[in-house]
Amino acid sequence: MQDQDLIPHLFRTEYRKMISVLCKQFGLENIQMAEDIVSDTFLLAAETWGLKGLPNNPTAWLYAISKNKAKDVFKHQAVFFNKIAPKLHLDASENQLLEIDWSLKNIHDSQLTMMFAICHPSISSEAQISLSLNLLCGFGVDEIADAFLSNRENIYKRLSRAKEKLKAAKVKIELPSSSEINLRLDRVLTTLYLLFSEGYYSTSQNQTLRKELCVEAMRLTLMLIDDPRTDKPAANALLSLMCFHSSRFDARTNDLGDLILYEEQDEKLWNHELILKGQYYLNRSSRGTDISKYHLEAAIAYWHTHKKDTMEKWQNILQFYDQLLGLEYSPLIALNRFYVCSKVYSLQSPASPQDLTQLILVAESLDLKENHLYHALMGKLYSGLKIDRAIHHYKLGMHLAKTSSDKSTLANKIANLDKMNGKNN
Amino acid sequence: MNEFLLIFRRETRKEDDIPPSPEQIQAMMKPWQDWLAALAKNSHLVSPGNQLDQKGKVIKPNNLVTNGPYVEIKEAIGGYIIIKAESIEIAAELSKDCPILSVGGSVEVRQIVPMN
Repeated sequence: MQDQDLIPHLFRTEYRKMISVLCKQFGLENIQMAEDIVSDTFLLAAETWGLKGLPNNPTAWLYAISKNKAKDVFKHQAVFFNKIAPKLHLDASENQLLEIDWSLKNIHDSQLTMMFAICHPSISSEAQISLSLNLLCGFGVDEIADAFLSNRENIYKRLSRAKEKLKAAKVKIELPSSSEINLRLDRVLTTLYLLFSEGYYSTSQNQTLRKELCVEAMRLTLMLIDDPRTDKPAANALLSLMCFHSSRFDARTNDLGDLILYEEQDEKLWNHELILKGQYYLNRSSRGTDISKYHLEAAIAYWHTHKKDTMEKWQNILQFYDQLLGLEYSPLIALNRFYVCSKVYSLQSPASPQDLTQLILVAESLDLKENHLYHALMGKLYSGLKIDRAIHHYKLGMHLAKTSSDKSTLANKIANLDKMNGKNN
Repeated sequence: MNEFLLIFRRETRKEDDIPPSPEQIQAMMKPWQDWLAALAKNSHLVSPGNQLDQKGKVIKPNNLVTNGPYVEIKEAIGGYIIIKAESIEIAAELSKDCPILSVGGSVEVRQIVPMN
């Protein structure tokens, strides 16, 4: 038996490359066929390599076998002669058609263009993320269901429907023209950001999987940056943002899976290499004159890599939030900005009851009473003023919170306040 | 001890079957390795055999050569190994651990007719 071990995740890594190459060559209309070919190739590999040991070049073996299977499939299909060959402006010479280009360049190009094809307006953003995980990252139905805390039938249906829609919309696998690329890139960046958020904010307890989602999002963003046609400032800003956030990944949860808030995190667990990378990409993103929301969020995230509460930090962050709100208003961003305001106030001087009252009035005008984060913030503000009101808000927050870790965080705050209340009475 | 040919057949995936992920398929390699190792360790393995390409040719009398055989995928032979065992019952028993069964396939056991 062979001594060498199979590279972990080899099939997953090769899946996304092979699917992209086959779809680019034969079109998205034949995606089912491409999936079957690759799947069959892997099943044969598992069997053959299991019984006979690993081939000298496993990757080359996979590519060669899949090419043979593609030939077999097309030979049996009248479709090839009637539809595909004319479309590809070829005569029915199968040899010409079936020289699949497994060069590194084509593998790279195919994946890049596949990214743009998937981020298409005809499918929902939820479906785009699932499809990205499936086709760009090589995740299967069960793994995606795990990531979304959904069941496999739902995910399978979602994927199937999304593929049907792409087929119906006759989406082409090609890089958009340079005039179109910024607009289309925007959509791709949104999807990658959502993918990253799934991993970062997900309520799934599977830590390994969540980290993988973040890593995949970063890998795909890096793919955009590594290609001069798609290396735009916004993409660099997004990668910077992802680096800054991921630098705290290990510090954010304890062994029990509980969320550890920023103020309580152990800085020693922050990944400083990622922070440096974040700074590198932030610098790269400051070319040109366009400021995207990713630039602003990356700048804010940059300041959060400095744990110390300084006036400089919070005033800078406040400025960036002001600009963010200017770009696009969202209640959550307004809430975050408000938290920053309260930080700035608290650093200016010990906040007087009048200052605090003013702040609270502004907060109430935000009208976010159904949001547990709003109540968490209100609870915090009232903690220095009226403990009963603080507890009231924390309790509301607990009721509205959806995850057990959020609930327990708030429960702890109530317990602390009760203790203080007990001391004062 | 007699020798037996174990013929593997895989079943076609039905339309609505949820396909395994690349990761899950890669994990299937180990059961094949383990099954083979167990057969070798217990001196049952004669040859790890081969897996067969799907397309083939059929030659009939009068030099008739056609592509094929075009049978239902689940009837098509995927591969084979050769083992030795005391009886066909034992050979069948050993086949129950074949990983092809976990993907809906089947194993056919045929005794190799001895010359002596």
